[in-house]
Amino acid sequence: MVSGGNASSLPLVGGKPEPTIKELSSPGRRASNFPKLDVPEVKINHESLKKEKARLPEVSEHDLVMHYSRLAHRNFAVDLGFYPLGSCTMKYNPRFADSIASDSRFANMHPSMPEEFTQGCLKVMYEIGNYLCEITGMDYASFQPPAGASGELTGLLIIKKYLEINNLTNKTEIIVPDSAHGTNPASARMAGFTVVEVETDDRGMVNIEKLKDIVNENTAGLMLTNPNTGGLFEEEILTISQIIHNAGGLLYYDGANLNAIVGTSRPGDMGFDIVHSNLHKTFATPHGGGGPGSGPVAVKEFLKEYLPGPIVQNKDRKYNWYQPENSIGRMHGYHGNFLVTLRALVYMKLLGKEGLDTLGAYAVLNARYLSSKVSKIIPLAYDEPCMHEFVTSVKDLKKSHKIKAYDVGKALLDKGFHSPTIYFPLIVPEALMFEPTETQSKETLDDLADSLKIIISDLQQEDIVLEDYPKNLPVGRPNELIPAKFLTVNWGDFELLEITE
Amino acid sequence: MSDIKYLETHEWYLINEEVITVGISDFAQNELGDIVYVTLPEVGQSFEKGGAVVEVEATKTVAEAYAPMDCTITEVNSQLETEPETINNDPCGDGWMFKAKVNAVDDSGMTYQEYETFVS
Repeated sequence: MVSGGNASSLPLVGGKPEPTIKELSSPGRRASNFPKLDVPEVKINHESLKKEKARLPEVSEHDLVMHYSRLAHRNFAVDLGFYPLGSCTMKYNPRFADSIASDSRFANMHPSMPEEFTQGCLKVMYEIGNYLCEITGMDYASFQPPAGASGELTGLLIIKKYLEINNLTNKTEIIVPDSAHGTNPASARMAGFTVVEVETDDRGMVNIEKLKDIVNENTAGLMLTNPNTGGLFEEEILTISQIIHNAGGLLYYDGANLNAIVGTSRPGDMGFDIVHSNLHKTFATPHGGGGPGSGPVAVKEFLKEYLPGPIVQNKDRKYNWYQPENSIGRMHGYHGNFLVTLRALVYMKLLGKEGLDTLGAYAVLNARYLSSKVSKIIPLAYDEPCMHEFVTSVKDLKKSHKIKAYDVGKALLDKGFHSPTIYFPLIVPEALMFEPTETQSKETLDDLADSLKIIISDLQQEDIVLEDYPKNLPVGRPNELIPAKFLTVNWGDFELLEITE
Repeated sequence: MSDIKYLETHEWYLINEEVITVGISDFAQNELGDIVYVTLPEVGQSFEKGGAVVEVEATKTVAEAYAPMDCTITEVNSQLETEPETINNDPCGDGWMFKAKVNAVDDSGMTYQEYETFVS
């Protein structure tokens, strides 16, 4: 029985599409009423005052609650089914971490409280900083960046400031592999660098010869994630770091794929100078849907004074905030994402050293098991042993049956699974990228492979209409063209959609 | 149409005396899917061979069309600004992107047959 794993979302997502709140609206209904005015009414006379009433939906409180509860139940989630979204590390988030984070002594802490009243919270940040440095092989960490891309920008601004202070401003080029996440070149440009792309070789690794050609006296640094975006371990990482360091550049580690190597190898030992970690991915805090996340940046000793501050230090048996001397400044106002950091610390403590030591190994084991099954159905993009994720390609099916990666992803939804990542990395045509994480059972992995086999066979049938998939969900395939051409961001603009349909 | 030649980066060009007309191939528009926006160059702008001339935005991705040879823009297909889907419907006809005066002739593109082999 193919169901979508042990926890199928199908019973919850069936049925008709949920109407919009506008369709549920009826004039005069209210979810709550304002009290009667007990002060004299004052007429506001201002040119910016709107002449007409805002067209807000009018519904009763019960209708409102039911509407959003139904939508919530139909939302796919890590807690409902298998979410093999490559590059996103959608692992299970332990409830225990949530229960600690909801303790009022953490949850109700005001960010402006003075140090002497927040020693516990400061200790949390100090401790996780030490753990993170131990895991990544770095010396000092800052918890200022609230997300992964912000961590990237932080790392690049650190490189920039370091070059400025050391009078190396001729170094303006950041090297990024062609397989990298789009955020890498974007962050480099945002920090004011020029982006130079290095090609990937046939095995899916950085092309060392091409890298040597590109590196010169203007090289400021290299951005890399290892294992790389194809899910493969860069075997020549020590050579790569030597090439960059010999040219006076710095190495930046994108923590996107840290989950594969936790407990096994450390970016610091590979030669990286700056590392960002996505606590929300690798250390199992809820993510997706806009955050907050936590993208702490850790550096080697010689870059400590460039970190964004404040950072927590332990001095005279007290924890206090410390502003590094050449700090790049703040990445956001307060440490408002503190509870994400706390959850990550709880996760680390739950696993303990033993658990963390085997984390990456289990993530890789699950991915290799799944890839051994999936590769019999659709071929791997690179015939190499994968790390925590692997990339497949349906380019042959596209030629023979016009089946695109998009169609496979959509059909998989019918079986109660979230789609794997599609069309990424960009250098693999019709890519489907699977990342099971260590928290899925063998039965769930088997179930995904069985479902994939069935849909690939179904989609090749002669009378099939690919656009019909998904068939079992309340909402079918969305029209992606209309929103791309006629973007409607205002609730009242629905009429435009109706016209264009 | 026999004079149309193709590049490995999926543009087509047609040389007519000193002027080239450039667009993207049927294969390219098919790979991109529904094209929703096109950023065209300014008339008078000069490009070196391989320079990015046009930005093509599809629902999933953004791609660039490159100059097949050193050239200076003389005319752009402004119809594409309001009807970018013309590229999907007729990539090698009404979906042409720009015309340009050739500054250094480089007629090294592939023939239709060669391009067909290249993309298959």
